[in-house]
Amino acid sequence: MNLTLQIWRQENAKAKGKIVEYPIKDISPDMSFLEMLDILNRQLITNGDTPVAFDHDCREGICGSCSLYINGEAHGPDRRVTTCQLHMRKFKDGDTIFIEPFRADAFPVIKDLVVDRSAFDRIQHAGGFISVNTSGNTQDGNSIPISKHDADEAMDAATCIGCGACVASCKNSSAMLFVGAKVSQYALLPQGQIEATDRVQNMVAQMDLEGFGNCTNTGACEVECPKGISLENIARMNRELIKASVKS
Amino acid sequence: MSEVLKSSIGRKIAMALSAFFLMFFILQHFAINILSVLDPDTFNEVSHFMGTNPLVQYVLQPVLIFGVIFHFAMGFVLEFKNKSSRSVSYAKNNANANSTWMSRNMIYSGGFILFFLVIHFIDFWIPELNIKYVIGDSSGLLEDGSGYRYFEELQHKFVPLWRVVLYCGGFVFLALHLLHGFNSAFQSVGANNKYTKSLKGFGKAYAILIPLGFIIIALFHYFNNSH
Amino acid sequence: MALDSKIPEGPLADKWTNHKNTIDLVNPANKRLLDVIVVGTGLAGGSAAATLAELGYNVKAFCFQDSPRRAHSIAAQGGINAAKNYQGDGDSTYRLFYDTVKGGDYRSREANVHRLAEVSTNIIDQCVAQGVPFARDYGGLLDNRSFGGVLVSRTFYAKGQTGQQLLLGAYSAMNRQIGRGKIKMYNRHEMLDVVLVDGKARGIIARNLVTGEIERHSAHAVVLGSGGYGNVFYLSTNAMGSNVTAAWKAHKRGAYFANPCYTQIHPTCIPVSGDHQSKLTLMSESLRNDGRIWVPKNLEDAKAIQNRELKPTDLAEDKRDYFLERRYPAFGNLVPRDVASRAAKERCDAGFGVNKTGEAVFLDFAAAIIRYGKEKAHVKGLNEEDETLIRTLGKEVVKGKYGNLFQMYEKIVDENPYETPMMIYPAVHYTMGGVWVDYNLQTTIPGLYAIGEANFSEHGANRLGASALMQGLADGYFVLPYTIGNYLSKDIRTGPISTESIEFEEAEAKVKSEIDHFINNKGTKPVDYFHKRLGKIMWNKCGMARNEKELNEAIEEISALREEFYKDVRVPGNANEFNEELAKAGRVADFLELGELFAKDALVREESAGGHFREEYQTAEGEAQRRKEFQFVSAWEYKGAPKDAELHKEELVYENIEVKERSYK
Repeated sequence: MNLTLQIWRQENAKAKGKIVEYPIKDISPDMSFLEMLDILNRQLITNGDTPVAFDHDCREGICGSCSLYINGEAHGPDRRVTTCQLHMRKFKDGDTIFIEPFRADAFPVIKDLVVDRSAFDRIQHAGGFISVNTSGNTQDGNSIPISKHDADEAMDAATCIGCGACVASCKNSSAMLFVGAKVSQYALLPQGQIEATDRVQNMVAQMDLEGFGNCTNTGACEVECPKGISLENIARMNRELIKASVKS
Repeated sequence: MSEVLKSSIGRKIAMALSAFFLMFFILQHFAINILSVLDPDTFNEVSHFMGTNPLVQYVLQPVLIFGVIFHFAMGFVLEFKNKSSRSVSYAKNNANANSTWMSRNMIYSGGFILFFLVIHFIDFWIPELNIKYVIGDSSGLLEDGSGYRYFEELQHKFVPLWRVVLYCGGFVFLALHLLHGFNSAFQSVGANNKYTKSLKGFGKAYAILIPLGFIIIALFHYFNNSH
Repeated sequence: MALDSKIPEGPLADKWTNHKNTIDLVNPANKRLLDVIVVGTGLAGGSAAATLAELGYNVKAFCFQDSPRRAHSIAAQGGINAAKNYQGDGDSTYRLFYDTVKGGDYRSREANVHRLAEVSTNIIDQCVAQGVPFARDYGGLLDNRSFGGVLVSRTFYAKGQTGQQLLLGAYSAMNRQIGRGKIKMYNRHEMLDVVLVDGKARGIIARNLVTGEIERHSAHAVVLGSGGYGNVFYLSTNAMGSNVTAAWKAHKRGAYFANPCYTQIHPTCIPVSGDHQSKLTLMSESLRNDGRIWVPKNLEDAKAIQNRELKPTDLAEDKRDYFLERRYPAFGNLVPRDVASRAAKERCDAGFGVNKTGEAVFLDFAAAIIRYGKEKAHVKGLNEEDETLIRTLGKEVVKGKYGNLFQMYEKIVDENPYETPMMIYPAVHYTMGGVWVDYNLQTTIPGLYAIGEANFSEHGANRLGASALMQGLADGYFVLPYTIGNYLSKDIRTGPISTESIEFEEAEAKVKSEIDHFINNKGTKPVDYFHKRLGKIMWNKCGMARNEKELNEAIEEISALREEFYKDVRVPGNANEFNEELAKAGRVADFLELGELFAKDALVREESAGGHFREEYQTAEGEAQRRKEFQFVSAWEYKGAPKDAELHKEELVYENIEVKERSYK
């Protein structure tokens, strides 16, 4: 199929960007979206142009590197997939496709479609861990039974890949689904209880410092999340913060 | 308190708490207003009680005013801050694919409600204050003393069509606001888990039925009196 | 230089304990004076960086991704082995040791493998303490599943995302240390050379991938946890960015490279769909617990299925060939990966493949769905004869176990695997070879360590499923942090290492000149063009089956391709900016050298073992034929052109295990 791409081009963090149009031909419906961009880049390089920069790595939907706001949605129109798993069969011959970076002031553009998501890392530095040293004589893994339900729910929260689709699709650029998922994972496990108070307060404080907006519960993040992280995690984080505020 | 209000989640919770208060107030307001349709005498009695009881007038009324102002002020502050967290907007944004119009436009539905409230204050509340505290007549009686004035005043208000339309419009926006706001408030205070599924349905019902009730009251009086 | 593997004296089971008890330690105050560079932040690098920082060393960690959490360990699906024997099915440290040595086709070091089995249980405890949400049973205890090549259930898992959860565990441990300032994290940085001062590794040259700046970083020791080199095949299950550069640069500076030809071809991957394909997607080996692998018995049926004239679900049971169950009744569909892959290739080469290119076999869950459905109906007291009900119930169970994998398959292939069998084909997945290390995980360069997939590791010629995660974390959490102390204890009086030395200057100049070459070359073809061609040579001539003639051809072809690459590659843009093509060019340049050494290693190894199958050396039944005289590790020393590398042999001695024919029949 033949398509018209409208791609955000921006030379570097300081430059002003703009949307540039690229026609592209003979795209197979079996290609992934990124393979389609590979073909575009091959053409650009052969013609002496600069290829479009975009983040990608594992190309199987787990590393969270790929981003892209495709036709007005994070990771494109398909549900429960990252951009690298999005296939061209979701588009029709003759379609115009807008491709933009994930936008938020907390995610500054590095180049073209590549953004800096290190704000997520810094939130985790503030408390996204359990303080346990590696010693080789930690207690046995089975010494504290954890109900299957809690373990499964913790796992559901922990499947977050940190791609930032939640921030990108939120009208407020809020990071609460991301932070809520991490807070929830630990809040649901007995190992996470000891530091629960400090963890939620520190992570939320860092989140606020990074310049993300506030959550207004539109639920866009939950719909666009490639891993289906539930809004319940934000509610749980809110409860955790209330608990922590009361305690301290 | 100020520390908690500095954090994003603290503000969210404060928004939700003021919303709970306002939602309760609306329910109470509705309960009294519907009496004007069911039983004008009781309506008069209750209105007089509310208008003259010192607890209501000097404690609850200021709290209500604070609640309203807080909810609006915080709403505007958050909206401004949220808007400024994305300085370059998308060339193409298909927000309808992942969220409702209501949830994204609380500032507009809220803004219209504010506009309505201002009119409502000028229309109902300031004359009330004028009678009670400037003129100093707390009797609640009609000028000829034949009974309470409240029901008659209410009927009188719903004669002009413009006011009925504005009133109905205000409640349509309230419904839109509540359709997102009710459940949003519960989500904000952390009530979203497997036990709260039925709450969602209740929230929808509340958001539609209460404003609809207000509209019915307005239409009832409009059609009963002027024609 | 003679190879000294430095295996401690004493009985096998006591070696590690004795070693830990006798090596030198660094006191806590002195650890603050010592810097360690860790390159790569996957399971091995991430866990090592965190643990070294916990101990008190100053760690500088580097990854080319935008966050340590994105390292490709994250993609490991199935699980992690540990000899916990929670299931009471007879597992033990010895049995895990035995299975791993046998699974590796008797080409790994006994002492290393035993140590791995010993610390395996600590890993589970550590990860649970970190908040890794392993799957649990209804009693709240840790659940296990079984994996290929073993007869016990010892694999711990977190849905189909075990690698992700373990990596996030290591990442969280790193986060704690980054927050404390004990780890300085360098994201979007790529190591381009290791710097030797007085023969010791004392730092690296790295490129900031955002600004293009070339940076010097010094330390008292350097640890490579930079992963494997499967991407030399272009198409593999590795991430797009996975590369051999760090390991290869170390090799060029004097670190021996061991067993490059041992490559794991994973049997259950989604088949190639066309020439546009940029990478292959793995479907977890755990699927073989319940899925049955088959092709049609008759060629006509195979042809009909290839041409889409016949639906696989319409083919009668007796016309199907469940070839793994037929050939290996004892292990059936759960034979080790090398065996399963070769068996699939054998069927497809004979014309029985089931997709349009004839390079796919079926992985069928119909029987499992019925079996689970009946079980569930029985438990719920429902009608066990109602087929629709049984299917619905069975699908629910299968969805609970493999839901995310099935969904992934459907997204990629656009077919519903609950209704029609999956199609799978082997693909390059893991490389057992890597930088040669001694028992202490130190390379032949003093002060340079290699851990995880980057080293030649404990897997011998073939790795068992769920053992990569185990080895990565064992190295990073429990082995390297001890052994590196022994080396660093001699450096407590050294003081900070200056980056202003002639050695750093020389290394930086070398890196810059290579970059300048690429930028100024102005050739005609993009980097991928060469990478794809290299991949084709590797897959066709150094793939699942190799022979002398083709290996010789491969050496020549790769060498010619490399020359062409340097002449004709086109890298757009400039060096002082975010330039992915430039980064790729450097990586492909190294693959073009490694590929040649790979072929040479395969040529020299005149036997079949694990992931290395030489057509000349097979039994009458087509099984791999090991040869006693090749019971050694090939460690290659760089001597200019890759094909001129000099071979050093480390003989493998088996004192605690009897070297037998590896049979899964």
